[in-house]
Amino acid sequence: MTDRKADPAVDRRDVAWWSDKAVSVLVFLGGISAILFIIGIFVFITREGFGFGEHFKAGEIFGSTRWAPTSDSNPTYGILALVAGTASVTGLAMLIAVPFSLGAAIYIAEFAKGRTREVLKVLVEMLAAIPSVVWGFIGLTIMNPLIIQTFDVPIGLCVLNSGLILGLMAAPIMTTIAEDALKAVPDSYREAAEALGATRWQVTRRVVLPAARQGLLAAVLLGVGRGFGETMAVLMASGHSINLPTSPFDSVRALTATIAAELGETAVGSPHYQALFMLGILLFAVTFLINLAADLIVRGIRKG
Amino acid sequence: MNKTLFALALALAATGCSRKDRSADSKGGRAVIQNKGSDTLVNVAQAWAEAYKTVEPNVAVAVSGGGSGTGISALINGTVDIANASREIKDKERDAASKAGHTPKEFIVGYDALAVFLHKDNPLKKMTFAQLADIYGEGGTTTKWSQLGVQVPGCGSDEIIRISRQNNSGTYAYFKEEILGDNKDFKQGSRDMHGSKDVADLVAHTPCAIGYSGLAYVTPEISTPCVARDDASTCVAPSMETAVDRTYPVARPLFMYSSGEPQGAVKKYLDWILSDAGQCIITKKGYAPARPVKCDG
Repeated sequence: MTDRKADPAVDRRDVAWWSDKAVSVLVFLGGISAILFIIGIFVFITREGFGFGEHFKAGEIFGSTRWAPTSDSNPTYGILALVAGTASVTGLAMLIAVPFSLGAAIYIAEFAKGRTREVLKVLVEMLAAIPSVVWGFIGLTIMNPLIIQTFDVPIGLCVLNSGLILGLMAAPIMTTIAEDALKAVPDSYREAAEALGATRWQVTRRVVLPAARQGLLAAVLLGVGRGFGETMAVLMASGHSINLPTSPFDSVRALTATIAAELGETAVGSPHYQALFMLGILLFAVTFLINLAADLIVRGIRKG
Repeated sequence: MNKTLFALALALAATGCSRKDRSADSKGGRAVIQNKGSDTLVNVAQAWAEAYKTVEPNVAVAVSGGGSGTGISALINGTVDIANASREIKDKERDAASKAGHTPKEFIVGYDALAVFLHKDNPLKKMTFAQLADIYGEGGTTTKWSQLGVQVPGCGSDEIIRISRQNNSGTYAYFKEEILGDNKDFKQGSRDMHGSKDVADLVAHTPCAIGYSGLAYVTPEISTPCVARDDASTCVAPSMETAVDRTYPVARPLFMYSSGEPQGAVKKYLDWILSDAGQCIITKKGYAPARPVKCDG
C-alpha cells in the first residue's frame, strides 16, 4: 500500500505551481467581471425604475406623446415621441452610414493597395476618436445655419442634422468591423474566382460579399447599437424637442438625451426619477438585444 | 481659470470622501469654501472666487455649476458651504436641509433680468406677458409671427420657433411661474436647450426663433424687446438699471444659501460679496447688483 510514491517532479507545489494557480484565478476574475458588472447594472436600473409601477399606466406611457414630468397640475409620462425621435434619428443615420461604410470597407479590403490602404485605415479609425460633444458642437454651430440656408427651413436642429452626425459617428466602427469580415474570407476563394477570369468587381460581388454576408450584417447591427445609445451629439443636434417627426426637418428628442438632460436635478426616488430609469431599462433592453443579435450572427460565421 | 478650479475641486473630491467635518474649517492655515449650484451664477461665482484670492490669500473658494437643484441638494447633503440658486429654495428642500442639520440662510446677491431673445432681424420691439404665455403656454394659439403683426426677414415659413430650457433649470422654472402662471405648463414641442449659452447661440443663428435667458447672455446678434406685464402697464426694456430699480417685470433675485448661520471664513466671504467690491464684480458680469453701487470703469 505504501510502496507507491508520488513522483515529486509531477506533484510539486513550487513557485511555478502557485503562480499558475494565481494567474488562473486572476484571469477567471477578469473573465467573469464583465458578467458581474452587467448583472449589477441591470439590477441597479431595474430597482430604481421598477418603483414606477405604481404610476404605471401602459396606455399613457406607450400611447401618449406628452412627456411632462415636471408639470404641477398634470404630470404625464408618454414616451411615444421620444421613441419616435430615437428611431427616426437612428434610422436616418443608418441610411447614411451603411452605404458609406460598406463602400469604404470594400474599397479598403478589396481594391486599395499598399500605402493608400494603410492611410485610409488610420483615417477611418481617427474619425472614431472625435468626442461626441465635438460632433454635437459641429451640429449646433455649423450644420444648423447651413441647413437653414440650404433648405430654407426655420431651424436646422432636426432629424437630418443629427442623423447626418450620427451616421458619421457610426461609420468608423461599421467600416472597421465590415473590413474585418471581408478580410476573413479566405484568399483561396478570390484566387479561384480570378483563375476563372472574373474581374475584381465580379470577385467582390459574387464571391467575397456573399461569403462575408453575416459579418457585414453584424457590422451594421453594431452601428445601429452605437447610434441608439449615442447621447451628447444627439442632444445638441436634434433640437431636443418633444415632437412626432413627419419630415427630416422636424426637431425631435431622443431617449438618451432626455435622460442626460433631466436626471441631474431630479430628486432621487421621485416619479420623474423613476420614469427616467424606466427609459434606461428600455434602452438597455433594446441595445442588449441588438448586440446579442450581432454576437449570434458572428458566432454563426465562425461555425460556418 | 476654469481649469484650475476644476482641478482644485477634483483634488478636494479625491481627498474629501471620508471627510466628516465640513471643508470651510481651516486645515493647515488654509481654508477651502465649497460653492456649487446655478449655472446662471457660475460665471459670477468664479469671478468672485478668483478676485477673493487677492483679498484673502489663505482662503480658496472651489466653484462648480450643475444647476440650482444640484447646489441645493449638495447643501442638504452637507457637501458644500454655499449653494448658488437662481430660484428660491422650495419648502420641501428647506425642510430636508434643516432636518439634516444644514438650515439654509438666504442671501440675495444680485438680480438677473430675464430677457426675451429674438433674432437681430426680428422687428418686434414690444411684448406683453399675455403674448408670451400664448406663444409658450399649453393651449396657446400664437404659432406665426404674423399673428403678432410682424414679418421676420429670413423667416420664410413665418413659424415661431420656440426655444426653451430643460425642465429642471431654474430659468425654466422661473419663466414658467412668472409668465405662464401657477399650474400652467409649457406647450410641447419647444426646443429645450441645455444652458443659457446654447439658447443665445441658437437664437443668433435662427431668424424664426424666440427664446429667453439671462441678460448676461445677450450678444449683438440678439434683439431684446421691452416687456410689459399687461396692456395697461408701460413696456420696460431689460437692462441693468431697470433690473436694480425693479421696474423690469421679469427680474429674478439670485440667491446664495449658506449652511446655517455663516461662520468664520464663509461669513467673511459672503460679507465681501455683498460689499461694494463684490457687487461691482457681479455688475461687470452683466447682472444687476443687489443694491445700487458705484463702480469705476
